[in-house]
Amino acid sequence: MANGTIAVEGKTAEVDFYHVKGKYKGILSWLLTTDHKRIGLMYLSSMTVFFLSAMTLGVLMRLEMLTPGETIMSAQTYNSFFTLHGVIMIFLFIIPGVPAVFGNFILPIQLGAKDVQFPRLNLLSWYLYMIGGGLAIFSLFVGSGIADTGWTFYVPFSIRTTTNVSLTVFAAFVLGFSSILTGLNFLTTIHRLRCPGMTWFRMPLFVWAIYATSWIQVLATPVIGITLLLVILERAFGIGVFDPTLGGDPLLYQHLFWIYSHPAVYIMVLPAMGVVSEIIPTFAKKPIFGYVPIAISSLGIALVGYLVWGHHMFSSGISDTSRVIFSLLTFIVALPSGIKVFNWVATLYKGSIDVTAPMLFTLLFIFIFSIGGLTGLVLGALNTDIFLTDTYFVVGHFHYVMFGGMGLIFFASLHYWFPKMYGKMYNEKVAKVAAYWIGIGFNVLYFPMFIMGYLGMPRRYYDYLPEFQTYHIISTVGSWILVSGILVMVFNLINGIRNGKKTTDNPWGGTTLEWTVPSPPPLENFEEIPTVTTGPYDHTHIHKQEVKN
Amino acid sequence: MSQNTETAVQEEIHEIHMHRDDFGSKMGMWLFLFTEVLLFGGLFILYASYRFIYAESFAIAASELDVLMGAVNTVILLTSSLTVVLGIVALQKNNKKLCLFFLWVTIACGILFLVNKYFEWGAKFHHGIYPKGPALQDMGEGEVMYFGLYYVMTGLHGLHIIVGLAFIGFVMWQIKKDVITATNFQKLENSGLYWHLVDIIWIFLFPLFYLIH
Repeated sequence: MANGTIAVEGKTAEVDFYHVKGKYKGILSWLLTTDHKRIGLMYLSSMTVFFLSAMTLGVLMRLEMLTPGETIMSAQTYNSFFTLHGVIMIFLFIIPGVPAVFGNFILPIQLGAKDVQFPRLNLLSWYLYMIGGGLAIFSLFVGSGIADTGWTFYVPFSIRTTTNVSLTVFAAFVLGFSSILTGLNFLTTIHRLRCPGMTWFRMPLFVWAIYATSWIQVLATPVIGITLLLVILERAFGIGVFDPTLGGDPLLYQHLFWIYSHPAVYIMVLPAMGVVSEIIPTFAKKPIFGYVPIAISSLGIALVGYLVWGHHMFSSGISDTSRVIFSLLTFIVALPSGIKVFNWVATLYKGSIDVTAPMLFTLLFIFIFSIGGLTGLVLGALNTDIFLTDTYFVVGHFHYVMFGGMGLIFFASLHYWFPKMYGKMYNEKVAKVAAYWIGIGFNVLYFPMFIMGYLGMPRRYYDYLPEFQTYHIISTVGSWILVSGILVMVFNLINGIRNGKKTTDNPWGGTTLEWTVPSPPPLENFEEIPTVTTGPYDHTHIHKQEVKN
Repeated sequence: MSQNTETAVQEEIHEIHMHRDDFGSKMGMWLFLFTEVLLFGGLFILYASYRFIYAESFAIAASELDVLMGAVNTVILLTSSLTVVLGIVALQKNNKKLCLFFLWVTIACGILFLVNKYFEWGAKFHHGIYPKGPALQDMGEGEVMYFGLYYVMTGLHGLHIIVGLAFIGFVMWQIKKDVITATNFQKLENSGLYWHLVDIIWIFLFPLFYLIH
């Protein structure tokens, strides 16, 4: 059995969690639920809305860049758009994405638990998430509109501008709360609710990744909380801590901001790496190569990731000594990431590879994320960074690691755990076409940015010199390809939910505990808490269950 | 015994077995306290940086604060931490009445602290020492920074006192209703942990603002 459990044979068919009769009916059975699976799905549906709206903003911004000068929007609108695009994508999609949706749905099952440690707190996290998201959108329509500062809210501009910075910042503050509580919940869950026999080094690597991520969420998020609070207080009362006219130092804001926001990029990408470590052994039909190094490298990334924030400030006027040290540490953080990539590729070696849709997205991730990682080294090196900072090179790099890292894996996880979540299967062919389409669109959209940036195209302008137009046209066309691919994917999945064929408990031949329970799982996941006797990627007794017609 | 009551008992046992994990709940509380420490940590970093830049002005500004008031508040808060512990011990010894008494003392101390703080802040406001206030504007940048941080840090701390009081009040209500008992006192302990954190932060705030000249 999967994860080497002692099998409980002859299961009676239990009602799945969609159809179980609880205290409440209809919409309330969702809004007042404490079931981790329902909460995960609520995150998924709200996140889809946020993602699609921020994506629309991105497409409109690309459209603006089609020609030099004003194409479809004014400079002010453009500034607000990239701020809102950043705020929604980062705080509402990339940071909570994988942990909130798949961490919630899958993690307790992978641990052999019936729910998370604090189910009610879990629901509170979702409400805070919705309130934060709502406030961000709300700030669009009140006062003088949403902030035009970019998602980084750099002072002193953020304390001078007349737009609605306070409200937008407060939205981010509330979202931080949600993130902290989710992290806290997962940490205690992993410590307390592992099933019998599930030792630390028998945990699936996704759990390890979430574990490392949760520590960052708990230990880094409060710092941004207080920083954002200070921006609000600064705007409201003029206390002076960040205001240079009152003797404050804007550089300190940048320090505090990045002390959170750099570790936050690992909040974004670590869970995604965890998912990759799940998908690859399943579809290579081999135990993962280098389990312990991968598990430890997650913690390594979390630890070193704390100490590299200064590389965002190479051109902000920090001392040479600190710049050299931060640059060195930045190179060091590439090591554990490299360990992961090599182990994934080594797992594929001589494997019996089944290129399904989730696997395709994962392979795409390895390719794209490697480009993102290598261009990160270019920016981590002091001399090249001074030349490339604040250009499109940074924008390209950022999207290659963030969208290419977390975004693509979010899609991969959707396809991987879809049968478990809905008990149905999407159209595999369409999913694969969408994956290729997305891969092409992605590179056409973002690769020209490296070249543009190298030639000196600055970021965050709605206008540019005519010599950059060719690249901007290619990039904008790429955005159309990418978006059409994403839409095809989304419609295929929605169609799968509605009309998909019924699937089995273990359609992929997965080895972790979630594949031992029915699809979709019953309310408390396990009829009897399983006992684990081997590591997570033992394929010896696993057989893929074909769909019976 | 009828079958119904038997199943009810079984369900109750099941319920307790399922949901009650005192150690886990304490662990969650500690993790939350870590986040609080880091929240204030950001402010302490700012304090350290500005103290380094404006060492002299900070010393001058600190002399504006009343050490006696601060000292009294420190004693009040330390006493309240003691009474919270005594309250937990009393409940563990199954003395509900004594426990509630100690918690009432804790609440009284917390309120007394806030009243003191109110008078302290009020006096400063009266003298025009507040952000953008007339007196503070005449002072140097270092003093502005000192009082900016003073108001933010003690204000945020005061907010935590209020949250702590609400937490303890909620726990007292549950003790009265016998939800929290001699064998099930984790929530009380958690509220105590939170109260100690509030206390410890003040232990750092007091010397940094009142004592270092």
